[in-house]
Amino acid sequence: MKTKRARFITSLITYAVLIILFIVLTVMINNKSISRTLKGQLIPICSWIVMAVSLNLVVGISGELSLGHAGFMSLGAFSGIVTSGWLLNGFAMEDPTLRLLLAIVAGGLVAGIFGALIGIPVLRLRGDYLAIVTLAFGEIIRNVMNCVYASVDGTSLHFGFLNGALPGTLLLNGPMGAVKVKTISTFTAGFLLVMFALIVVLNLVHSRSGRAIMAARDNRIAAEAMGINITKYKMMAFVTAAVLAGMAGALYGLSMATLVPTKFSFNESINVLVFVVLGGIGNIPGSIVSAAALTILPEKLRFLQNYRMLAYAVLLILVMLLSNNALVKSLIRRINPFGRKNRGEEELRA
Amino acid sequence: MSETKRRQMTPMVPYPSGAIVPERDLGSMPVLECSHLGIDFGGLKAVDDFNVIMGRTEIAGLIGPNGAGKTTVFNLLTRVYQPTRGTMMLEGRDMGSMTTVEANKAGIARTFQNIRLFDNMTVEENVRIGLHNQIRYGMFSGILRLPQYWKAEKKQHEEALELLNIFDMASMADTRAGSLPYGAQRRLEIVRALATHPKLLLLDEPAAGMNPHETEELMENIIRIRDQFQIAILLIEHDMNLVMGICEDICVLNFGRIIAKGTPDEIQRNPAVIEAYLGKQKEAQA
Repeated sequence: MKTKRARFITSLITYAVLIILFIVLTVMINNKSISRTLKGQLIPICSWIVMAVSLNLVVGISGELSLGHAGFMSLGAFSGIVTSGWLLNGFAMEDPTLRLLLAIVAGGLVAGIFGALIGIPVLRLRGDYLAIVTLAFGEIIRNVMNCVYASVDGTSLHFGFLNGALPGTLLLNGPMGAVKVKTISTFTAGFLLVMFALIVVLNLVHSRSGRAIMAARDNRIAAEAMGINITKYKMMAFVTAAVLAGMAGALYGLSMATLVPTKFSFNESINVLVFVVLGGIGNIPGSIVSAAALTILPEKLRFLQNYRMLAYAVLLILVMLLSNNALVKSLIRRINPFGRKNRGEEELRA
Repeated sequence: MSETKRRQMTPMVPYPSGAIVPERDLGSMPVLECSHLGIDFGGLKAVDDFNVIMGRTEIAGLIGPNGAGKTTVFNLLTRVYQPTRGTMMLEGRDMGSMTTVEANKAGIARTFQNIRLFDNMTVEENVRIGLHNQIRYGMFSGILRLPQYWKAEKKQHEEALELLNIFDMASMADTRAGSLPYGAQRRLEIVRALATHPKLLLLDEPAAGMNPHETEELMENIIRIRDQFQIAILLIEHDMNLVMGICEDICVLNFGRIIAKGTPDEIQRNPAVIEAYLGKQKEAQA
């Protein structure tokens, strides 16, 4: 466990590194000295980072396994697209920045409501029930979104289920998903969302509520005996994560010209979980690094063609093995300026 | 021994429910009053007909052989188990429908026989969990770092260190709780329980695993805590030096039933207690 001071410095470094990276990348984009593929990936990377950070809040900080995080992303993406289309067509709101902001807020709101609805019954239970229900939730959302039609006619929104015959301009077209989306997401917005998610999660973790969430994770019985309402704090972590995932979804959805509901499958939920596990459970900066690296990696492996996903899997296994290797660990500790302090503590314990 | 015979052997006591209320507390409302409390697990009566009254600043002991139901009594008092029979009153308030969380908020704090600290948190953070309901601010003040957050965090920090100072543990505030030595972990559990501002503190084998010197220190500290915080303390302990040394009133439990109650002197001479611990002498030998 890092001391308070080391923790403060780690947070500060994380913020600083992200800001520097953002400035460097913006300069590179302006100089056109960045590859087209990487440039196209910047916004998805931002959304996956937010996804990983928010899932880490559930899996790492609150200690519950959630397997349907892509479901919240899906809800956020499609409600963001509908909001943006509604504002553009119904109210002639041309300003893309304001529209994007409102779409992201709407995405977060819708995902948060669903997070609360699932959390209320499930978080009262113990054990692996949350994992099972969220897994089912992700699949249900994917299948339901496949049948949802939405259109905007004047200033009113119309929704149809299994029925695409709606008046006005079609925004969601059932299994075809969202088509002809006006892509209004920008890298700056993505960066700001990452910073927002990071501030929310880190500040939450290092506050009274965050300590209660971790206490409930570490020892449920003791936390209850100390007067901590377990359900309330599990709920807080779960809904916050759902809201952030919805926001990430809205950002993601509005960066693509077309988006099909089947995109947000179980595989994507597992992918986000892989980011979290690889970056370190409970380690927020680690989630950012692994989300970014693992989003770029499959693209970089394209030259392997059919063997791409095989190589990806092998690389994941290698990273897992190496990061648990005592030799590699001690090497990292030597390089890391905070490592020495941790080693000292371990010696003290021995 | 038959049921009736065991009842006859329970000594006569000056108070209807059986406890001796310390003189200084006479006239004021007892902090804890249990009558006929009991719980069944299936067909087993784990605790039955448990009656106790504790004065506001009393130190009482709960002893008995292994498996007598002492920890079950603690679990009943903290509402981890819901009693099958009987009533519990905390300062005259019925605890009938309370949950564990509500029982703590009402003023019952406890430590655990098998230490249950938040291992991955620091010592100070463990105490701050105890202060959770005492010094509060909302989730959004925490996320937005409003002035309320800084004020409450500072207050929590100060009070946590003050509490840790009871056991001279302030210097360990930043250590990971799981890496503390065993004795320090036991002391930290007491500090964490005290942080919830209890009226009644339940200590489950506080001296387990401590050496005689540490136990001596613990005894002084328990008395000091009582005097400083003006709270009642009920403790389970196998170390008879500690129990006989600091408890004003002792309650002996065997097979879930109270077999004796009284002052340390009375308990030491009580044949039912001796029998419970050492077994009955054979008729032929007697």
